[in-house]
Amino acid sequence: MAEKLLEVKNLRTEFKRDKTWVTAVNNVSFSIQPGEILGLVGESGCGKSVTSLSIMKLLARNSKISNGEILLNGKDLLKEDKKGMRKIRGREVAMIFQEPMNSLNPCMRIEKQLTEAILLHNNFSKEEAHNRAFEVLKSVGIPEPDMTLKSYPHQLSGGMCQRVMIAMAMSCEPELLIADEPTTALDVTIQAQILELMEDIRAKKNTGILMITHDLGVVAEMCSRVVVMYAGRIVEEAPVQELFADPKHPYTQGLIGSVPKLGSGVESLPSIPGSVPDLSVMPKGCKFAPRCKYAMDICHQQEPELADINEAGTRKCRCHLLNKTGKEA
Amino acid sequence: MGRYLGKRLISTIPLLLVISFVVFMFIHMIPGDPARLVAGQDATKEDVAVVREQLGLDEPLLVQYGKYMKGLFTGDLGSSIKNGKTVVETIAPRLKPTIMLTFSSMIWAAIIGIAIGIIAAVFHGRILDYVGMIIAIAGISVPSFWLGLELIQLFSVSLGWLPTSGLETWKSYILPSLTMGAGIMAVLARFSRSSMLETMREDYVRTARAKGLSESLVVMRHAFKNSLIEIVTVAGLQIGGLLSGSVMAETVFSIPGLGRLLVDSIQMRDYKVVQALLLFFATEYILINLIVDVLYGVINPRVRYE
Repeated sequence: MAEKLLEVKNLRTEFKRDKTWVTAVNNVSFSIQPGEILGLVGESGCGKSVTSLSIMKLLARNSKISNGEILLNGKDLLKEDKKGMRKIRGREVAMIFQEPMNSLNPCMRIEKQLTEAILLHNNFSKEEAHNRAFEVLKSVGIPEPDMTLKSYPHQLSGGMCQRVMIAMAMSCEPELLIADEPTTALDVTIQAQILELMEDIRAKKNTGILMITHDLGVVAEMCSRVVVMYAGRIVEEAPVQELFADPKHPYTQGLIGSVPKLGSGVESLPSIPGSVPDLSVMPKGCKFAPRCKYAMDICHQQEPELADINEAGTRKCRCHLLNKTGKEA
Repeated sequence: MGRYLGKRLISTIPLLLVISFVVFMFIHMIPGDPARLVAGQDATKEDVAVVREQLGLDEPLLVQYGKYMKGLFTGDLGSSIKNGKTVVETIAPRLKPTIMLTFSSMIWAAIIGIAIGIIAAVFHGRILDYVGMIIAIAGISVPSFWLGLELIQLFSVSLGWLPTSGLETWKSYILPSLTMGAGIMAVLARFSRSSMLETMREDYVRTARAKGLSESLVVMRHAFKNSLIEIVTVAGLQIGGLLSGSVMAETVFSIPGLGRLLVDSIQMRDYKVVQALLLFFATEYILINLIVDVLYGVINPRVRYE
């Protein structure tokens, strides 16, 4: 296997809620190679954003990472102090967010917001920083970078703001880009442009991208591998084509089944019954068992392990229904 | 910007006209007869009538208002009943103490209040937050006349560091400005804290952190600048209140300022002086609001006055 850019091992993140700690992310492990786009998929509240904020160590004050390792090029980020992390953020790992309009400071011109990070991480003069800002704006397809540099965020459209966010993230040429629902708040046509732009950046700069989304269309379009999360756990991991062709976990099957397809002639869309369990009252066995139509007795008693289900070790699934050969038990 | 300012200044004229009318009517509704006060308690009814005629108080109210307005536009505000000096002569020497007091109170209250607010928000839920909020609650709850007396007791009488009253040196301003500013400091501290807590949760603050900025830059450059939009609004309203709040401090510390003059003039039913003072306070209040509006546009790029 090729070198790993990011390796998350047994990550466990907890939140303090009403004086007790609840686990939002439990025993999550995955890795990303340079130039790879990994999809992290799941419903709202499944822990995917918490996972990304854990990598950046940008969690709220009422939360803590209680176990695991986050290795970036072999260096454990959890062992970095505040100062060390500040050097990594923006420089080695950059992040873009769901709401581009709200993610830019409304009181600051785009130029200032862009050059701020450039000046911080590079030994540049103001003029060099300005030129770099101009260049990155141009590279993300902004037609008049000079105009945009002078603008305030409210003078730009949502798509433009997201381009600016991407430019800002890429301004210091990080090796890893974390994109937390980067297209959710955008129009469909703009979504396609933004995705194309990210794919372009990956191809040119060999940037590893962690694509966090609940949109399976985005996953199919962009990612080479997918990690499916449910209730703070990884329930399935697979190369993207195999996942769509042959989803193993009943939850993944439900997710894929609930995507509308044109011309399928189905009148009502299938959905997964029930809802995601509350973090503080998790079911005892498999967390998906209460909503699973295949649930057996053991599913309610004992939580299954995330196990390899093919010989190559490229597919993993957390389900009692499967054994190592991927055949139904 | 220039055009906007011009428009705003012109729009204050009708507002001032309404204020002048309301002030005029209210003053004449206060029970008590200035002619009787001037003529003395022993004066005969005839004497009082003569004085009343001299003061022009025998005419119908609307006629008096008309004359007052005419005087206002020609720069003649009339004379004080009390000492015969013109209103301008009466007010002018008292401007400086009040303005000095107002500004010194505002400056320390704003700096300390906003600083406490920011610190409390950054250390939300920790000991510094509680200490800050205890100071703020104390500042809001303590009545200013009582605070003034306690400060005199401590710093003037017991320690002998600062003068009890009067305006001999700059030291004389310390206690009155502490007294006047305490409430505002407290309001600004509480307000800045809640506003900062809100902005610190904004997405762009997270973006700033994700860039690798230090926490102090995140707080001051990204969160505080946005909070300032709201803080400036509240601060403006508070300075407006300070001008009239000088009444209390000037009385407690025997400072010959506008606030004391207002109290004395109301007691004397010195209509001309009271009218002029109230109009002056109203104008200042309006101007401060105008300044706040302009500042608001400077800080908040989403509001630009074109």
